[in-house]
Amino acid sequence: MRSKASLVLIIVLGLTVAACGGKKGVKDGEEEGVSTSALDDGSGSMGSALGAAGDLAAQNKVYFEYDSAAVTDESRVLIEAHAQNLMDNPGLNVVLEGHADERGTREYNLALGERRALAVQEILVAYGVGRDRLQTISYGEERPESLEHNESSWSLNRRVVILR
Amino acid sequence: MKNKNKSKRAHQFVLACLAMVYCFHAEAALEIEITQGVEAGIPIAIVPFEWRGAGIPPHIVSDIVEADLKRSGRFDTIPRSDFLSHPHDHKQVKFKDWRLIKAEALVVGRVQQLGTDQYQVEFRLFDVFKAKQLGGFRYKVPGKSLRKLAHQISDLIYLKLTGERGAFDTRIAYVTVERGATKNRYLLRVADSDGYGPVTILESNEPILSPSWSPDGQMLAYVSFEKKRSMIFTQRLRDGQRELIASFPGVNGAPAWSPGGRTLAVVSSREGNPEIYTLDLQTKNMRRLTNHLAIDTEPAFSPDGRHIVFTSDRGGKPQIYRMRSDGTAVERLTFEGNYNARASYSADGKRLTLVTNQGRGYRIGVFLIDSKGLFVLTDSTLDESPSFAPNGAMILYATQQGGNGVLSAVSADGRVKQVLRFQKGDVREPAWSPYNRKL
Repeated sequence: MRSKASLVLIIVLGLTVAACGGKKGVKDGEEEGVSTSALDDGSGSMGSALGAAGDLAAQNKVYFEYDSAAVTDESRVLIEAHAQNLMDNPGLNVVLEGHADERGTREYNLALGERRALAVQEILVAYGVGRDRLQTISYGEERPESLEHNESSWSLNRRVVILR
Repeated sequence: MKNKNKSKRAHQFVLACLAMVYCFHAEAALEIEITQGVEAGIPIAIVPFEWRGAGIPPHIVSDIVEADLKRSGRFDTIPRSDFLSHPHDHKQVKFKDWRLIKAEALVVGRVQQLGTDQYQVEFRLFDVFKAKQLGGFRYKVPGKSLRKLAHQISDLIYLKLTGERGAFDTRIAYVTVERGATKNRYLLRVADSDGYGPVTILESNEPILSPSWSPDGQMLAYVSFEKKRSMIFTQRLRDGQRELIASFPGVNGAPAWSPGGRTLAVVSSREGNPEIYTLDLQTKNMRRLTNHLAIDTEPAFSPDGRHIVFTSDRGGKPQIYRMRSDGTAVERLTFEGNYNARASYSADGKRLTLVTNQGRGYRIGVFLIDSKGLFVLTDSTLDESPSFAPNGAMILYATQQGGNGVLSAVSADGRVKQVLRFQKGDVREPAWSPYNRKL
């Protein structure tokens, strides 16, 4: 509750980030959005929340350290913003897509991607979001955001994408 | 004199055919490159087999044999330009000619067309120093079986000269990815052990991984994301018949066959956390083998079926553990390095090949189960998916070259490395088949 003020701030910040070009995130959202029809109903019914939800869509990636599913304090704030949005929009469901970088074996990374998605899910649940509204999927290292073989690329690929 | 001219013409003809065959196969074939030579290969001379028939033979048997033996790293194939004569049977062999060019073994032969699609192949293997024939065989096969026959001849020569069973007449499965602007194409393919004759057995716009051969070589189990999340399928190679084996909530992955072929070890997180189960392919009964909050994955049966090795990070970092195949008596096997994963057994059950990181990147290692010794065989940084050839002499794995995934093979002692370079696409997830049980 005390974080409500900061939440608004984040949403405003998110808006500016979105304006700078969160094109990729929006595109991802569109691709995956096809499967969830509840999305249109939920967001369409709320006037002002619609704008906020759109901005959160651009800030929908939680990044991780190597071989870790620990959520950083910075990421926790972002996840809490999504939690608040989900609480404000009861018709909204999300998919938590867990990913890993290419290092290590594919099957271990498949498990690691799931562990990351579950870590984000647990925070959302702790915030009060119903577990049945949160679907987790792991793609392991199979869907990298960046194809380079270096740390800056890997750091982009170790992520959970929150998709509506 | 007349004979010599004929042989020369035949030789030129064979060369012309060779060029054509190479052009024809350029798209599909693997290009093999020895990156690290061996000093003590057996010097062997393989005389291009005489061709007695109309037109062009469908496959050049002696070339296939030569490439196989060279690729194994156990032989030094003597350049044809050094040959002083070109015999095709035992009556034509003059051992002096081969002693002079320091050949220890000599292979000669002949391919004769019998009917429209029927060929007679005969070959003889000689010990040059003892001036003695070590073996000689005659076969009758249709054109489409000539490549397979050539690999069987390679296996015979390998056995006669090294005392070990060859693994040339086997296959490999792998995944290629062709990246498109909007969609990727994932192809699950099966090819001969030398990379020829690739056949796509599954095509998808979603990732495919972890192909695993059934012990009889007739089926593959694999993970496909075709329904937008990981699920395990089996597929019969003969007719492409597929079965969905595991589609539980969460991750479904890492299928591995039991030696009897009746059970798959799989990974499922249906109870909230990735655990290893055995799944009876007939009854579909599942039995949970691990129960730990850590990631437990990548199971592989021992050849006698009594044990399963797997990857777990229950100690903080991924390491190899072993349990009985009923899930009891779990013990940690690897302690060297901060990352050891995806272990699988050699056919004799004495060794594991695995991915290991000892601080200088992800490399392929061999772990000796009795002595607990871990040996690193490769020197790049993103190697994965190792599997033993069924004779245990080589390990096939995936590595990166020029930003793309390629397949590579390393001898089990680490002395010889070969890159199997495809013409296009990102190649990954190789798995070497078991021995073929029928022609």
